[in-house]
Amino acid sequence: MMEDKAAVRKEGKREWCGMTDEPNILIFEKNRSGKRTTGYVPSPSSEAKRLIPDSLARKKDAIFPEVSEREIVQHFLRLSQKNFSVDTHFYPLGSCTMKYNPKINEEIANHPSFTGLHPYQPEESVQGILRIFWELEEWLKGVTGMDRFSLQPAAGAHGELVGMMIARAYHDSRRDFARRQVIVPDSSHGTNPASAAFYGFEVITIPSDPRGRVNLAELAKAVSEKTACLMMTNPNTLGLFEDDILKIQKMMHEKGALLYYDGANMNALLGIARPGDMGFDMIHLNLHKTFSTPHGGGGPGAGPVGVKKALEKFLPVPLVTRKGDRYGLDDDLPDSIGRVKAFYGNAGILLRAYVYMRRLGKEGLEQVSRDAVLSANYLKKNLQSALEIPHGGFCMHEFVASSEPLKRFGVTAGNIGKRLLDYGIHAPTVYFPLIVKEALMVEPTETESKETLDRFCEVIRKIVRESEADPECLKNAPHCFPVSHPDEVKAAREPLLTYRAFLGRQDRRDRSDLVSGISF
Amino acid sequence: MNYSPLTDADRQDMLSAIGAKSFDDLIANVPAALRERGLNLPSGLSEFELRGYLDSILSSNKTSGTFNSFLGAGSYDHYIPAVVSQIAGRGEFVTAYTPYQAEASQGTLQAIFEYQSVMAELTGLEVANGSHYDGATAFAEGVLLALRTTGRNKALVARTVHPEYRAVAATYLAGTDHRIEEIPYTQNGCLDLKFLKEKLTPEVGCVAASNPNFFGRVEDLTDALALIRGNQSLFLVTGHPLSFSVFRSPGEWGADMACGEAQPLGLGLNFGGPYVGYFAASQALMRKIPGRLVGLTTDRRGKRAFVLTLQAREQHIRREKASSNICSNQALCALTVCVYLAAMGWDGLREVAMLNVEKARALRERIAALPEFEIPFGGDIFNEFVVRSRKPLKPLMEKLREKGILAGYALEKSYPELKDHFLVTVTEKKTDAQMNELTEGLGSRR
Repeated sequence: MMEDKAAVRKEGKREWCGMTDEPNILIFEKNRSGKRTTGYVPSPSSEAKRLIPDSLARKKDAIFPEVSEREIVQHFLRLSQKNFSVDTHFYPLGSCTMKYNPKINEEIANHPSFTGLHPYQPEESVQGILRIFWELEEWLKGVTGMDRFSLQPAAGAHGELVGMMIARAYHDSRRDFARRQVIVPDSSHGTNPASAAFYGFEVITIPSDPRGRVNLAELAKAVSEKTACLMMTNPNTLGLFEDDILKIQKMMHEKGALLYYDGANMNALLGIARPGDMGFDMIHLNLHKTFSTPHGGGGPGAGPVGVKKALEKFLPVPLVTRKGDRYGLDDDLPDSIGRVKAFYGNAGILLRAYVYMRRLGKEGLEQVSRDAVLSANYLKKNLQSALEIPHGGFCMHEFVASSEPLKRFGVTAGNIGKRLLDYGIHAPTVYFPLIVKEALMVEPTETESKETLDRFCEVIRKIVRESEADPECLKNAPHCFPVSHPDEVKAAREPLLTYRAFLGRQDRRDRSDLVSGISF
Repeated sequence: MNYSPLTDADRQDMLSAIGAKSFDDLIANVPAALRERGLNLPSGLSEFELRGYLDSILSSNKTSGTFNSFLGAGSYDHYIPAVVSQIAGRGEFVTAYTPYQAEASQGTLQAIFEYQSVMAELTGLEVANGSHYDGATAFAEGVLLALRTTGRNKALVARTVHPEYRAVAATYLAGTDHRIEEIPYTQNGCLDLKFLKEKLTPEVGCVAASNPNFFGRVEDLTDALALIRGNQSLFLVTGHPLSFSVFRSPGEWGADMACGEAQPLGLGLNFGGPYVGYFAASQALMRKIPGRLVGLTTDRRGKRAFVLTLQAREQHIRREKASSNICSNQALCALTVCVYLAAMGWDGLREVAMLNVEKARALRERIAALPEFEIPFGGDIFNEFVVRSRKPLKPLMEKLREKGILAGYALEKSYPELKDHFLVTVTEKKTDAQMNELTEGLGSRR
């Protein structure tokens, strides 16, 4: 404990990070017994119980929160203060595009003229939202160069899965049944190989070349009449534009394979280049990245999938249609892969993305990518003297630095990420992509001021100095958070996933094992 | 206009610091053939103009607030206390990322842990994940998980499971060696046990049913369970989660998994999304569940801490060897559900559920008394029931719609054998006056 206090006295105090360090008390631990009337809705009559026969009635009691509304507000607002968020902190998390989420998006999506729409209402009563779907699709086609979009997928990975289904349906429709392999570069997002494997494809991973791009020779070796599809993102996860993309698409198409674009990195490209023009046959867009819908602590997002003309008929049902000024939903598509989600996708997220695009328009959207690329290059240049940058030259919207030189002090990329938290900055993505040792993947987005960017560089330089002067301080960081270095091994070895499981464990063990720092 | 704080002077300074003459230098790697000369899209709108434009579009919608609607069928209009949206709208929750940095995400992590706890309680099972995309995708992944776990290739899915859930499961399984066969329903609208018994062969790894089922019927699953256990298949139960507080929960029926839609617990109708799938399972399946799981542990100082756990199942660690490809899911919706359930409390939740049963039963009785209508599947229900019209349904629905009434969900499209049948849903929000309006509308000859 002494060592800890000493560390806290160093830089990185509470005022930097704006975080409380009060202990984590579960809402269940605030319960008070006794019947409570919520008063949210009228009470049922005393006769109502008779409507449930004993053979069907629930017998098992539940451990639920039993507190007043006032305590609920306090509990959850205290929890909210134990979070970093875009609204409160700089969040340069690579590949996640943690840009500012405009408030107007939320206001429109929370309006009763939208929230009160039932998905099975008659079509003529939902013309407004269908029109927005239609227009959103037009805008997405405009920025990507694709011919038709399905708005169904609920997330990027869900979109990838849809892409894999379409690839399979396409090849099967040509009676080309041998195509059961999907190629991914070793720098790809983890969801790419997972989505391909989930749908039964064999995953072939190819190494990158020394420039950090797809290795054409390796790709040539990997592609064959067994290849269904190549999945890649451009710019890739090193933030580098795949400048051989036109050669790559030719290689793939000549062999009869498809190209899938992971749209996680679309924030680099608005008004600069379009995946459709690069030769991609399918694409998903993470609306929660480029198109400013909030991440919500891990969803909900949306991952619309766009395709070229030849693949249109395989898109999931329903598609949005327009006849004259009438909008509709068409689920009568015989070649479709089918339905991938109930109803029509994450409509509230689609609406937010639409609001964003209409608000910015052509010029605003173009400026988004220009500023995102400019900010990333500014950071990359400024950090060259502090960290190793394995792949030089200009980057697109993000870049990958390496803290390999600090290994000699025993300091890792993970330590740097944790120490940044002390300074009130969210960690970059660490240890990804896998091809860079001690990787720190930085994506500032276009919504941070120059002062914020400058401060980030200054803090990184400070942390690099600390690595040599006081590596222990880094290894124990963060210092002023509710917790520091949770024991993940213990969490996985004997998982406690519910309050009931926790109570069960307590019965068998000393209470203090898991709740020290909390008085009952 | 955009949301960038950079000024033109900043941009110039930054370019000089980088050592670039112009922005185009930075993107010199993009082949000239691909360079786009600007987007072919309209210009932006001021916030004021945009609001007016959207008002004009969205006001052409009619909502559950303007209709007297008896639509449900998987999307339910329950009352949401004000406190729920107030908390769920906090920027600290809304604009955070997936809690990979545990120290800076204890708020989100603890909220998900509490959500997992209440969902496990409600479903009567031992563990629940941090959420799935929606009920349909949770259901589909549940079926897949059961087949992969048992190493068998056939799932029997009740025809009384939501049609769209069955459709999504069929899509998910299409590319695999797995097959689905549907279990028909009896004259009572319940699981056909005779059929189930015949079809429970050694290749059946999963039996999936809904309780309450799509027709609103609450069934006794005791005999079904005995058959399923006898065949060592896994049992998946879906259904309206609010009903689990007063009727036997999936866990009490002996289910190994409960996968379905938690939208009725605090989320708006939102034209079908974002919703949130619940995914609960027995302890034995814990390490195979897809999606995020938050666990309780201690930190290096011995303080209680929450972390994402069992990540060896997940794509960002295991890539092609992951148990599912799911990444982002519906964390904010899970938080919303958690706040809703906390606000209700156990007794409060049971009261809301009872109110649904009471009102649905009352309306069913009134409709049953009308000469032109009958109730084909009698018996116990939660908050929905099927009505058969002796008159052609389409003109009747249209007539009612003109009066501002949505009488329910026409079943023929998903169940061609149920011509002129419709599903009526009654939540606690329906007033006596609204229910009277429906019965009067149905009874009226004009």
